[in-house]
Amino acid sequence: MPFINLMAREINCKIVYYGPGLCGKTTNLEFIHGHTKAESRGKLVKLATDSERTLYFDFLPFELGDVNGFKTRLHLYTVPGQVYYDASRKLILKGIDGCVFVADSQLARADSNEEALENLKLNLLEYDLKLADIPYVIQYNKRDLPSALSVEELRGVLNPYLVPEFEAVAHEGTGVFETLRAIGRLVFRDLKKSYGAQAALGANPQRAR
Amino acid sequence: MISPQSVMYEDEFHRIQGAIETLLGAANARVVFVVDKNGQLMAAAGDVDQLDTTSLASLTAGNIAATGGIAKLLRENEFATQFHEGKNAHIHIQLVSQRVILVVIFDAKSSLGLVRLRVRKTTEELTAIFEAMNKRPVDARAGSPFAEITDDDIDNLFND
Repeated sequence: MPFINLMAREINCKIVYYGPGLCGKTTNLEFIHGHTKAESRGKLVKLATDSERTLYFDFLPFELGDVNGFKTRLHLYTVPGQVYYDASRKLILKGIDGCVFVADSQLARADSNEEALENLKLNLLEYDLKLADIPYVIQYNKRDLPSALSVEELRGVLNPYLVPEFEAVAHEGTGVFETLRAIGRLVFRDLKKSYGAQAALGANPQRAR
Repeated sequence: MISPQSVMYEDEFHRIQGAIETLLGAANARVVFVVDKNGQLMAAAGDVDQLDTTSLASLTAGNIAATGGIAKLLRENEFATQFHEGKNAHIHIQLVSQRVILVVIFDAKSSLGLVRLRVRKTTEELTAIFEAMNKRPVDARAGSPFAEITDDDIDNLFND
Protein backbone atom coordinates (compact mmCIF):
# COMPACT_ATOMS: atom_id res chain seq x y z
CA MET A 1 0.00 0.00 0.00
CA PRO A 2 1.62 3.26 -1.07
CA PHE A 3 1.84 5.96 1.54
CA ILE A 4 0.94 9.46 0.38
CA ASN A 5 1.73 12.37 2.67
CA LEU A 6 -0.10 15.38 1.29
CA MET A 7 1.50 17.69 3.84
CA ALA A 8 5.09 16.78 3.03
CA ARG A 9 4.04 16.10 -0.59
CA GLU A 10 5.60 12.66 -0.68
CA ILE A 11 4.64 9.35 -2.25
CA ASN A 12 6.41 6.23 -0.98
CA CYS A 13 6.02 2.83 -2.62
CA LYS A 14 7.26 -0.59 -1.56
CA ILE A 15 8.88 -2.94 -4.04
CA VAL A 16 9.94 -6.43 -2.97
CA TYR A 17 12.66 -8.48 -4.68
CA TYR A 18 11.67 -12.14 -4.30
CA GLY A 19 13.40 -15.33 -5.44
CA PRO A 20 15.28 -18.44 -4.36
CA GLY A 21 18.34 -18.35 -2.12
CA LEU A 22 21.51 -16.98 -3.73
CA CYS A 23 19.71 -15.78 -6.88
CA GLY A 24 21.06 -12.23 -6.55
CA LYS A 25 18.35 -10.18 -4.82
CA THR A 26 20.78 -8.48 -2.45
CA THR A 27 23.25 -8.04 -5.34
CA ASN A 28 20.58 -6.05 -7.23
CA LEU A 29 20.17 -3.68 -4.28
CA GLU A 30 23.92 -3.41 -3.76
CA PHE A 31 24.42 -2.44 -7.39
CA ILE A 32 21.64 0.15 -7.24
CA HIS A 33 23.10 1.53 -4.02
CA GLY A 34 26.60 1.68 -5.49
CA HIS A 35 25.58 3.33 -8.74
CA THR A 36 23.17 6.06 -7.76
CA LYS A 37 23.89 9.56 -6.56
CA ALA A 38 24.36 9.75 -2.80
CA GLU A 39 21.67 12.44 -2.54
CA SER A 40 19.01 10.27 -4.17
CA ARG A 41 19.49 7.14 -2.09
CA GLY A 42 19.39 6.31 1.57
CA LYS A 43 21.42 3.85 3.52
CA LEU A 44 21.39 0.19 2.46
CA VAL A 45 20.28 -1.69 5.55
CA LYS A 46 21.17 -5.38 5.54
CA LEU A 47 19.92 -7.79 8.19
CA ALA A 48 22.21 -10.68 7.35
CA THR A 49 23.94 -13.60 9.03
CA ASP A 50 27.71 -13.58 9.65
CA SER A 51 28.11 -15.37 6.33
CA GLU A 52 26.31 -12.55 4.48
CA ARG A 53 23.10 -14.49 3.87
CA THR A 54 19.99 -12.37 4.22
CA LEU A 55 18.39 -13.24 7.55
CA TYR A 56 15.37 -10.96 7.53
CA PHE A 57 15.50 -8.35 4.79
CA ASP A 58 17.59 -5.74 3.01
CA PHE A 59 16.19 -2.27 2.65
CA LEU A 60 17.12 0.57 0.32
CA PRO A 61 15.13 3.81 0.10
CA PHE A 62 15.56 5.42 -3.27
CA GLU A 63 14.39 8.84 -4.43
CA LEU A 64 13.18 9.19 -8.02
CA GLY A 65 12.31 12.83 -8.47
CA ASP A 66 9.23 15.01 -8.50
CA VAL A 67 5.94 14.41 -10.18
CA ASN A 68 3.22 17.08 -9.96
CA GLY A 69 5.19 18.64 -7.11
CA PHE A 70 5.30 15.39 -5.15
CA LYS A 71 8.57 13.77 -4.11
CA THR A 72 8.49 10.11 -5.12
CA ARG A 73 10.40 7.40 -3.32
CA LEU A 74 10.74 3.68 -3.84
CA HIS A 75 11.46 1.53 -0.80
CA LEU A 76 13.25 -1.54 -2.10
CA TYR A 77 13.18 -4.69 0.02
CA THR A 78 14.60 -8.16 -0.47
CA VAL A 79 13.41 -11.30 1.27
CA PRO A 80 15.58 -14.11 2.63
CA GLY A 81 15.58 -16.77 -0.09
CA GLN A 82 16.32 -19.86 1.95
CA VAL A 83 13.34 -22.17 2.28
CA TYR A 84 13.24 -22.18 6.09
CA TYR A 85 12.86 -18.40 6.38
CA ASP A 86 9.31 -18.53 5.09
CA ALA A 87 7.76 -16.79 8.10
CA SER A 88 10.01 -13.75 7.51
CA ARG A 89 9.30 -13.71 3.77
CA LYS A 90 5.60 -13.58 4.46
CA LEU A 91 5.97 -10.57 6.75
CA ILE A 92 7.96 -8.56 4.24
CA LEU A 93 5.22 -8.82 1.64
CA LYS A 94 2.93 -6.74 3.84
CA GLY A 95 2.06 -3.51 2.07
CA ILE A 96 3.73 -4.55 -1.20
CA ASP A 97 3.16 -2.27 -4.22
CA GLY A 98 5.23 -4.17 -6.75
CA CYS A 99 7.32 -7.30 -7.06
CA VAL A 100 10.48 -8.32 -8.89
CA PHE A 101 10.99 -12.06 -9.11
CA VAL A 102 14.71 -12.73 -9.49
CA ALA A 103 15.31 -16.14 -11.04
CA ASP A 104 18.64 -17.93 -11.06
CA SER A 105 19.24 -18.97 -14.67
CA GLN A 106 21.36 -22.01 -13.84
CA LEU A 107 19.97 -25.44 -14.72
CA ALA A 108 20.74 -26.69 -11.22
CA ARG A 109 18.49 -23.99 -9.73
CA ALA A 110 15.48 -24.64 -11.95
CA ASP A 111 13.53 -26.42 -9.21
CA SER A 112 14.39 -23.72 -6.66
CA ASN A 113 13.03 -21.05 -9.00
CA GLU A 114 9.74 -22.87 -9.39
CA GLU A 115 9.50 -23.52 -5.69
CA ALA A 116 10.16 -19.86 -4.87
CA LEU A 117 7.56 -18.68 -7.38
CA GLU A 118 4.94 -21.02 -5.91
CA ASN A 119 5.93 -19.78 -2.46
CA LEU A 120 5.46 -16.17 -3.58
CA LYS A 121 1.96 -16.93 -4.86
CA LEU A 122 1.09 -18.72 -1.63
CA ASN A 123 2.42 -15.96 0.61
CA LEU A 124 0.61 -13.25 -1.37
CA LEU A 125 -2.63 -15.08 -0.65
CA GLU A 126 -2.05 -14.29 3.04
CA TYR A 127 -2.78 -10.68 2.05
CA ASP A 128 -5.61 -11.62 -0.32
CA LEU A 129 -3.44 -10.84 -3.30
CA LYS A 130 -2.77 -12.73 -6.51
CA LEU A 131 0.40 -12.29 -8.52
CA ALA A 132 -1.75 -11.24 -11.48
CA ASP A 133 -3.16 -8.37 -9.37
CA ILE A 134 0.13 -6.68 -8.55
CA PRO A 135 2.73 -4.91 -10.70
CA TYR A 136 5.21 -7.67 -11.37
CA VAL A 137 8.33 -8.26 -13.49
CA ILE A 138 10.82 -11.12 -13.79
CA GLN A 139 14.58 -10.89 -13.94
CA TYR A 140 16.60 -13.84 -15.23
CA ASN A 141 19.87 -13.36 -13.40
CA LYS A 142 23.29 -14.98 -13.85
CA ARG A 143 23.06 -14.97 -17.65
CA ASP A 144 26.89 -15.04 -17.79
CA LEU A 145 27.16 -18.55 -16.35
CA PRO A 146 27.79 -21.43 -18.76
CA SER A 147 25.10 -23.58 -17.15
CA ALA A 148 22.41 -20.94 -17.72
CA LEU A 149 19.22 -22.22 -19.33
CA SER A 150 17.93 -20.38 -22.38
CA VAL A 151 15.48 -17.54 -21.79
CA GLU A 152 12.86 -19.53 -23.73
CA GLU A 153 13.21 -22.43 -21.29
CA LEU A 154 12.99 -20.14 -18.27
CA ARG A 155 10.06 -18.25 -19.71
CA GLY A 156 8.16 -21.47 -20.38
CA VAL A 157 8.27 -22.38 -16.71
CA LEU A 158 8.36 -19.04 -14.88
CA ASN A 159 6.58 -16.57 -17.11
CA PRO A 160 3.50 -18.14 -18.70
CA TYR A 161 1.62 -14.82 -18.67
CA LEU A 162 4.48 -12.96 -20.31
CA VAL A 163 5.01 -10.18 -17.80
CA PRO A 164 7.98 -7.89 -18.59
CA GLU A 165 11.20 -9.89 -18.27
CA PHE A 166 14.85 -8.91 -18.18
CA GLU A 167 18.13 -10.73 -18.59
CA ALA A 168 20.67 -9.75 -15.99
CA VAL A 169 24.14 -10.20 -14.63
CA ALA A 170 23.46 -8.38 -11.39
CA HIS A 171 27.01 -8.25 -10.04
CA GLU A 172 28.06 -6.38 -13.21
CA GLY A 173 24.88 -4.33 -13.24
CA THR A 174 23.55 -5.70 -16.52
CA GLY A 175 19.76 -5.51 -16.45
CA VAL A 176 19.56 -4.14 -12.89
CA PHE A 177 18.34 -0.64 -13.68
CA GLU A 178 16.22 -1.86 -16.60
CA THR A 179 14.38 -4.11 -14.13
CA LEU A 180 14.00 -1.32 -11.58
CA ARG A 181 12.69 1.16 -14.15
CA ALA A 182 10.17 -1.36 -15.46
CA ILE A 183 8.72 -2.21 -12.05
CA GLY A 184 8.71 1.47 -11.07
CA ARG A 185 6.70 2.41 -14.15
CA LEU A 186 4.22 -0.40 -13.53
CA VAL A 187 3.78 0.58 -9.88
CA PHE A 188 3.03 4.23 -10.68
CA ARG A 189 0.67 3.33 -13.53
CA ASP A 190 -1.15 0.99 -11.16
CA LEU A 191 -1.33 3.72 -8.52
CA LYS A 192 -2.84 6.10 -11.01
CA LYS A 193 -5.40 3.50 -12.04
CA SER A 194 -6.25 2.54 -8.47
CA TYR A 195 -6.61 6.16 -7.37
CA GLY A 196 -9.08 6.73 -10.20
CA ALA A 197 -11.11 3.70 -9.18
CA GLN A 198 -11.11 4.66 -5.50
CA ALA A 199 -12.13 8.21 -6.22
CA ALA A 200 -14.93 7.00 -8.47
CA LEU A 201 -16.22 4.63 -5.80
CA GLY A 202 -15.53 6.93 -2.85
CA ALA A 203 -13.65 4.01 -1.41
CA ASN A 204 -11.99 3.97 1.95
CA PRO A 205 -8.24 4.35 1.39
CA GLN A 206 -7.21 3.11 4.78
CA ARG A 207 -8.37 -0.46 4.58
CA ALA A 208 -5.55 -2.47 6.09
CA ARG A 209 -4.44 -5.56 4.25
CA MET B 1 -4.81 -3.10 -9.42
CA ILE B 2 -3.08 -3.60 -6.15
CA SER B 3 -4.49 -1.69 -3.26
CA PRO B 4 -6.19 1.18 -1.63
CA GLN B 5 -3.74 3.93 -0.83
CA SER B 6 -2.85 5.25 2.55
CA VAL B 7 -3.32 8.98 2.22
CA MET B 8 -2.59 11.46 4.99
CA TYR B 9 -4.10 14.93 4.59
CA GLU B 10 -2.64 18.13 5.98
CA ASP B 11 -5.05 18.52 8.92
CA GLU B 12 -4.45 14.91 9.93
CA PHE B 13 -0.71 15.40 9.75
CA HIS B 14 -0.98 18.47 12.02
CA ARG B 15 -3.05 16.58 14.58
CA ILE B 16 -0.59 13.66 14.65
CA GLN B 17 2.38 16.03 14.79
CA GLY B 18 0.73 17.99 17.63
CA ALA B 19 0.14 14.80 19.62
CA ILE B 20 3.72 13.56 19.32
CA GLU B 21 5.20 16.98 20.08
CA THR B 22 3.15 17.08 23.28
CA LEU B 23 4.41 13.58 24.11
CA LEU B 24 8.00 14.61 23.38
CA GLY B 25 7.82 17.34 26.02
CA ALA B 26 5.68 15.45 28.55
CA ALA B 27 7.89 12.36 28.47
CA ASN B 28 11.12 14.35 28.32
CA ALA B 29 12.10 12.23 25.32
CA ARG B 30 14.77 12.75 22.67
CA VAL B 31 12.75 11.67 19.67
CA VAL B 32 9.19 10.54 19.04
CA PHE B 33 7.96 9.22 15.72
CA VAL B 34 4.99 7.45 14.16
CA VAL B 35 5.42 4.76 11.53
CA ASP B 36 2.79 2.77 9.68
CA LYS B 37 2.99 -1.02 9.82
CA ASN B 38 4.41 -1.08 6.29
CA GLY B 39 7.47 0.86 7.44
CA GLN B 40 6.55 4.34 6.19
CA LEU B 41 7.44 7.25 8.45
CA MET B 42 4.34 9.37 9.08
CA ALA B 43 5.55 12.05 11.50
CA ALA B 44 8.54 12.73 13.73
CA ALA B 45 9.39 15.16 16.54
CA GLY B 46 12.52 16.00 18.50
CA ASP B 47 16.17 15.68 17.65
CA VAL B 48 15.66 13.87 14.32
CA ASP B 49 18.43 15.51 12.31
CA GLN B 50 21.05 13.15 13.69
CA LEU B 51 18.95 10.07 12.99
CA ASP B 52 18.31 8.02 9.87
CA THR B 53 14.55 8.05 10.40
CA THR B 54 13.79 6.24 7.13
CA SER B 55 15.85 3.21 8.15
CA LEU B 56 14.54 3.41 11.70
CA ALA B 57 10.98 3.38 10.39
CA SER B 58 11.59 0.33 8.23
CA LEU B 59 13.39 -1.58 10.99
CA THR B 60 10.75 -0.72 13.59
CA ALA B 61 8.01 -2.00 11.31
CA GLY B 62 10.09 -5.14 10.67
CA ASN B 63 10.47 -5.57 14.40
CA ILE B 64 6.73 -5.21 15.03
CA ALA B 65 5.99 -7.60 12.16
CA ALA B 66 8.39 -10.20 13.57
CA THR B 67 6.97 -9.83 17.08
CA GLY B 68 3.47 -10.10 15.65
CA GLY B 69 4.55 -13.34 13.95
CA ILE B 70 5.79 -14.68 17.29
CA ALA B 71 2.52 -13.65 18.96
CA LYS B 72 0.57 -15.53 16.32
CA LEU B 73 2.61 -18.68 16.90
CA LEU B 74 1.86 -18.38 20.61
CA ARG B 75 -1.82 -17.77 19.83
CA GLU B 76 -1.60 -14.30 21.27
CA ASN B 77 -3.36 -11.48 19.49
CA GLU B 78 -0.30 -9.23 19.55
CA PHE B 79 2.44 -7.88 21.77
CA ALA B 80 1.45 -4.25 21.78
CA THR B 81 4.41 -2.88 23.71
CA GLN B 82 8.17 -3.37 23.44
CA PHE B 83 11.02 -1.81 25.32
CA HIS B 84 14.73 -2.04 24.56
CA GLU B 85 17.25 -0.72 27.03
CA GLY B 86 20.62 0.51 25.84
CA LYS B 87 23.56 2.06 27.63
CA ASN B 88 22.65 5.63 26.74
CA ALA B 89 19.50 5.38 24.66
CA HIS B 90 16.34 3.42 25.26
CA ILE B 91 13.48 2.78 22.90
CA HIS B 92 9.81 2.26 23.69
CA ILE B 93 7.61 0.90 20.89
CA GLN B 94 3.83 0.90 21.10
CA LEU B 95 1.35 -0.47 18.59
CA VAL B 96 -1.55 1.95 18.16
CA SER B 97 -4.95 1.04 16.78
CA GLN B 98 -3.52 -2.14 15.16
CA ARG B 99 -2.05 -0.17 12.29
CA VAL B 100 0.55 2.38 13.34
CA ILE B 101 3.56 2.29 15.62
CA LEU B 102 4.47 4.96 18.14
CA VAL B 103 8.19 5.05 18.91
CA VAL B 104 9.80 6.99 21.77
CA ILE B 105 13.57 7.26 22.11
CA PHE B 106 14.75 8.58 25.45
CA ASP B 107 17.80 8.74 27.71
CA ALA B 108 18.67 9.20 31.40
CA LYS B 109 16.76 12.50 31.50
CA SER B 110 13.55 10.47 31.47
CA SER B 111 12.43 7.09 32.83
CA LEU B 112 10.54 4.08 31.58
CA GLY B 113 7.70 4.75 34.04
CA LEU B 114 7.19 8.30 32.81
CA VAL B 115 7.40 7.27 29.15
CA ARG B 116 4.86 4.46 29.67
CA LEU B 117 2.47 6.81 31.43
CA ARG B 118 2.65 9.51 28.75
CA VAL B 119 2.54 7.02 25.89
CA ARG B 120 -0.75 5.65 27.24
CA LYS B 121 -2.41 9.06 26.93
CA THR B 122 -0.96 9.74 23.47
CA THR B 123 -2.05 6.29 22.31
CA GLU B 124 -5.66 7.19 23.11
CA GLU B 125 -5.33 10.45 21.22
CA LEU B 126 -3.73 8.81 18.18
CA THR B 127 -6.29 6.01 18.19
CA ALA B 128 -9.05 8.59 17.79
CA ILE B 129 -7.18 10.30 14.94
CA PHE B 130 -6.47 7.07 13.06
CA GLU B 131 -9.98 5.74 13.52
CA ALA B 132 -11.31 8.94 11.99
CA MET B 133 -8.81 8.58 9.13
CA ASN B 134 -10.01 5.04 8.63
CA LYS B 135 -13.56 6.18 8.13
CA ARG B 136 -13.15 9.09 5.79
CA PRO B 137 -13.20 8.63 2.01
CA VAL B 138 -10.28 9.41 -0.26
CA ASP B 139 -12.11 11.22 -3.02
CA ALA B 140 -13.09 14.83 -3.50
CA ARG B 141 -10.16 16.17 -1.55
CA ALA B 142 -7.83 18.64 -3.22
CA GLY B 143 -4.18 18.06 -3.88
CA SER B 144 -4.11 14.45 -4.97
CA PRO B 145 -0.89 13.61 -6.80
CA PHE B 146 -2.77 11.35 -9.17
CA ALA B 147 -5.52 13.63 -10.34
CA GLU B 148 -3.48 15.01 -13.21
CA ILE B 149 -0.54 12.68 -13.55
CA THR B 150 0.06 11.43 -17.11
CA ASP B 151 1.84 8.38 -18.43
CA ASP B 152 4.53 10.75 -19.74
CA ASP B 153 5.06 12.10 -16.21
CA ILE B 154 5.58 8.54 -15.04
CA ASP B 155 7.93 7.72 -17.90
CA ASN B 156 9.94 10.86 -17.16
CA LEU B 157 10.55 9.65 -13.61
CA PHE B 158 12.24 6.56 -14.95
CA ASN B 159 14.29 8.00 -17.78
CA ASP B 160 18.06 7.68 -17.43
